[in-house]
Amino acid sequence: MANQAQRVGAGRPREQWTGQVGFILAAIGSAVGLGNIWRFPGVAYENGGGAFLIPYLVALITAGIPILFLDYAIGHRFRGAAPTAFRRLGGRWLEGLGWFQVMIAFVIGLYYTAVIAWALSYFVFSFDLRWGDDPAGFFVGDYLQVSDPGFSLQFVPSVLIPLVIVWLLALIVLGAGIAKGVQRANVVFLPLLVVAFLILVVRALFLDGAADGLNAFFTPNWAALGDPNVWIAAYSQIFFSLSIAFGIMITYASYRKRRANLTGPGLVVAFSNSSFEILAGIGVFATLGFFAFQQGVAVDQLEGLTGVGLSFITFPAIVSQMPGGPIFGVLFFGSLTMAGFTSLLSVLQVVSAGFQEKFGLNPRQAAVRVGAVSALLSVLLFSTTTGLLALDVADQWANNVGIVASAVLTTVLVIWVLRKGSELRYHLNAVSTFKLGGLWIVLVGVLAPVVLGYMLIQRIVSLIVDGYGDLPSWYLVVFGWGTIAVILLGALVLTVVRWGFDPERFLVWPPYPAAGAGERMPRADAPDGPAGKEDRT
Amino acid sequence: MTGIAIAFLIIALLVVWGGLVASILYLRRRPEAGEYPPGGEDDHREDEAPIEHDT
Repeated sequence: MANQAQRVGAGRPREQWTGQVGFILAAIGSAVGLGNIWRFPGVAYENGGGAFLIPYLVALITAGIPILFLDYAIGHRFRGAAPTAFRRLGGRWLEGLGWFQVMIAFVIGLYYTAVIAWALSYFVFSFDLRWGDDPAGFFVGDYLQVSDPGFSLQFVPSVLIPLVIVWLLALIVLGAGIAKGVQRANVVFLPLLVVAFLILVVRALFLDGAADGLNAFFTPNWAALGDPNVWIAAYSQIFFSLSIAFGIMITYASYRKRRANLTGPGLVVAFSNSSFEILAGIGVFATLGFFAFQQGVAVDQLEGLTGVGLSFITFPAIVSQMPGGPIFGVLFFGSLTMAGFTSLLSVLQVVSAGFQEKFGLNPRQAAVRVGAVSALLSVLLFSTTTGLLALDVADQWANNVGIVASAVLTTVLVIWVLRKGSELRYHLNAVSTFKLGGLWIVLVGVLAPVVLGYMLIQRIVSLIVDGYGDLPSWYLVVFGWGTIAVILLGALVLTVVRWGFDPERFLVWPPYPAAGAGERMPRADAPDGPAGKEDRT
Repeated sequence: MTGIAIAFLIIALLVVWGGLVASILYLRRRPEAGEYPPGGEDDHREDEAPIEHDT
């Protein structure tokens, strides 16, 4: 007993953001990532232009914000990274869902670093427009040296070096902890990102043909609204953009003090993310309008409007053609690097926090141990001549199968199986200023699993029947389904491993239901802290 | 730019950026809940935190 009490006393306080603003900036830094810049503009354009705004906003309000609040509630009420929080919420078997999310973040961290390394390289290349007249050939051939699908150990130094730099920087930040590391990095990079991107947008608006690009982007196609796929596209854009349902927001919310407003800052984070997406849409399409004008074609004849193609092939081509191109390239790739880096920190923090709590490590130990393994795997898989294909396939499966499955499982298990909807709503309302009605539970418990479940089944069927990207099926089995298998296996093993401390020796605050639970309630006026001390020893 | 595109540009900015401004103003006006249930002061003994090792 004495030992136990001593041990509790030896525990250091949970790390915390320094305040509301620090948390908001870090959460925005996580949400605003590569998808905002390279995915949203193209998706909006292809799915109804200005009219896409309607399903997009509906998706934001009916699914994005409600699931964001669900993540906040779980992380904040049960004060832990995903495995700890789920364990406290639903017992040992639910801990597995937390590790499933940690493993998704682990896999995403491996290749996300590689994309940031590419952006960092292109930031440097922008100064002398190194891609020359053939950006596509340069990217695939000279830079990545892509070979046939397979696994090679032929490293590409021009990718390897920036990749190692990105890993080192990320691990230094993670090792410094939440307030001194993650928050400080976001406080520096997020404003810098917004300023750099605003300069880029203003410059883009004054290019010849910019108006044509904006016409293409904003002209509504009402017919698209009748197409269910457009609505699915809107839900998936919001879903992937907000960093929800794979542990990030659970982890981030757990570092807020107990008496902390959750929903108010959540609205700011969600609208900031969408605001940046609109800004990116304006910047990207004004630039694409200029490109079409230079080529003498209409905007709808352009290719490479989203993803890797937009950033590393189309944009370099545009940069080569415009006056002051190097400055524009530096701003674009600098923005891409910063947006990616702040999101990467949040992805890695999920893994780091999960291991810190399970094995009783401090941030530095977790950064070194988890980071060493991650960096090694990342370098082996993604800095070789087969890196691009492996990255593309792993990304497809981890996102469209892994994260969506995680969201469906979380909503169904938490709301339907464990019936924690009312408790979590009570928690959010007890600490927040923006109160939620019963509709929140309906949105999280019914609409979200239906829409996301449909997306999941549709994608799994399509991946099985049609394959992906003309790649051989053995390759998809190994790198696609293999990714899911690794995630599941990792989740299973990590659930079974013993804890470094007992995660269930924990008092939930505020107790639910409030009435009748006063006996176990920690009392603010108790000289010795919480009255529940005996319960834990 | 065409009229309809300008209209949708303005609508997009008003709704999304307007939503951002509104949510920031709302948060500034009510940064914290007025009252909380008893307890929940930031006493770390409510958490079982990982032990800090001397490294």
